Amino acid sequence: MFGILKIAFKLLVNDKGKFAALLVGITFAVFLMIMMTSMFAGILARSSSTVTNIGAKMWVLDPAVNNVSSSIPMPDYVQDAVRSIPGVRYAVPLYSGGAQVKLKSGIYQGVTVIGLDDATLFGRPDLMQGKIEDIYAENGFIVVNDAEFKKLDSPKVGDEFELNDHRGVVVGIAKANTSGLFGVPTLYTTYHRAITYIPSTRFTTSYILVQPKSSSDIPHIKLEVQKLGYQALTDDEFIQKISNFYMYQTGLGINVMLMTVISFIVGLSISGQTFYTFILENLEKFGALKAIGAKSRELISMILFQAGFTAFLGYGLGVGLASLIIMLAKLRLPDYAAQITNMNLGIAFIMVLIIASISSYIGVRKVIRIEPFDIFRG
Amino acid sequence: MKKLAVEATGLAKWFGEGEAKTIAVNEVSFTANLGEILYIVGPSGSGKTTLLSMISGILKPNAGQVLLEGKDIWRMSSDELADFRLNKIGFVFQDYHLFSRLTTVENVAIPLILKKCDWDESMRIALEYLDIVGLKDRAYLPPVKLSGGEQQRVAIARAIASRPDILIFDEPTASLDGDTGRKIVEFVKQHILNENRCIIIVTHDSRIFEYADRIIHMEDGKIVEGD
Repeated sequence: MFGILKIAFKLLVNDKGKFAALLVGITFAVFLMIMMTSMFAGILARSSSTVTNIGAKMWVLDPAVNNVSSSIPMPDYVQDAVRSIPGVRYAVPLYSGGAQVKLKSGIYQGVTVIGLDDATLFGRPDLMQGKIEDIYAENGFIVVNDAEFKKLDSPKVGDEFELNDHRGVVVGIAKANTSGLFGVPTLYTTYHRAITYIPSTRFTTSYILVQPKSSSDIPHIKLEVQKLGYQALTDDEFIQKISNFYMYQTGLGINVMLMTVISFIVGLSISGQTFYTFILENLEKFGALKAIGAKSRELISMILFQAGFTAFLGYGLGVGLASLIIMLAKLRLPDYAAQITNMNLGIAFIMVLIIASISSYIGVRKVIRIEPFDIFRG
Repeated sequence: MKKLAVEATGLAKWFGEGEAKTIAVNEVSFTANLGEILYIVGPSGSGKTTLLSMISGILKPNAGQVLLEGKDIWRMSSDELADFRLNKIGFVFQDYHLFSRLTTVENVAIPLILKKCDWDESMRIALEYLDIVGLKDRAYLPPVKLSGGEQQRVAIARAIASRPDILIFDEPTASLDGDTGRKIVEFVKQHILNENRCIIIVTHDSRIFEYADRIIHMEDGKIVEGD
């Protein structure tokens, strides 16, 4: 079988024009599919950045909350009730809200302020500069050095700003695992300073962060929180809830899906058409091979090999090209939200398999139907 | 006494049904012997290509049988028929049907590769056959770089590479000028024909009739002269 496949390989790659067209078609389709789905994955990852960066195992929230930035404040008793649930090791409040800061330059800049529990500072970020205990200092704020850092004029430790007529001092620079979705810088401070400096509603707890004693306690905690009229989610569940919101309750999911389908159709059209022409041009030769003594399964294996080889090579090139473009884009555009996940690669791979299957099916049908007698008849 | 290569008995083939029914070959019987060149000649539409296809295991007859080594080839399964064609029959097609994307030696090696022969060994043997047809120095050129006569010789090398008992030529001179055509058939008679091989040539080129050991004339699907 190796010899036959080598013949198939040489027939394919020696027809440079068609091979290039096939590769371009599949590479382009994979590139578009990866770009579309990775942008979507990047957006979804950023939409859950607070959940990822805080790192709590469980989150208690109002059931109506569908993304981190639209929290619905809860009364203080909820925190006390959660703390008293068996299986809860500890539970701390978290404030998350938006505010405007006035920079030294006089420019106003919207920010997200995260207020960490004063006693534990649970969810605190890793610092690049400064000391975490300085967050307790007068007007202390920690600035996250993410893609939006420049919007605060790239502050240094000791720099000052105004927040709702309160003085703010940068006491630390933190690194963030994931940047936010909305292009807004993030400031960390203590819970009490946050609710003091930022005008708030009657209730102030945005979320309650829960650490269960063990994983087996999670179902019970969820049930007890539900009895209070609230919802307890693991971090993965909360991320999924946010993803579902963007995927199904905004136009984002359907638009990306449409673009992915269009990329698939483009790839299928180019490679299907080219492969069909390639088979048509060699059809008489395949007929001659049949007359000489090639069995149908040998001819089918040649076509499947040609389609498979082109598909996998095109897939590799497409993934490589998409990775390169994303990498270059991130160098120039820190806000560029795209990340290649195993899911993106899997979706593109399945699409490529479908393209290769349909293309080779067309070729196989033609080759199986060719009669060696037609070769004699001319 | 020459040994029998092929024995065809009562072969018939028709296409279409009812009023559209066309009889291409009608009750044809003949034999071909090892060590001879047999011509099947006749005007276009006389049924010679159809007859050729039936005796080479390509087109199933509606009636009759084709015996090779005492076995009716049309009782074989499709895989057995493919193996029969690969091992017993060598084809030289009218348009040669060489793969332009492969080198000359790779084209010649195709039957060997189909016989599951190792790639390097196939190339080595193919080179030997190219040497026989005098084209060893063109082994690594694509066939499109060769003249018509040279391509014909490559097709012959491919046909004999699997050492078949029966060699079938379909209009071997149709794409060649008179001189080259004659040279090719002369070459075949001198170098390719041997006592263990039968060569059947379908042609209507009377300029090469002189090289035939026997000629069968066909008209309207019947043998009108010969055998």
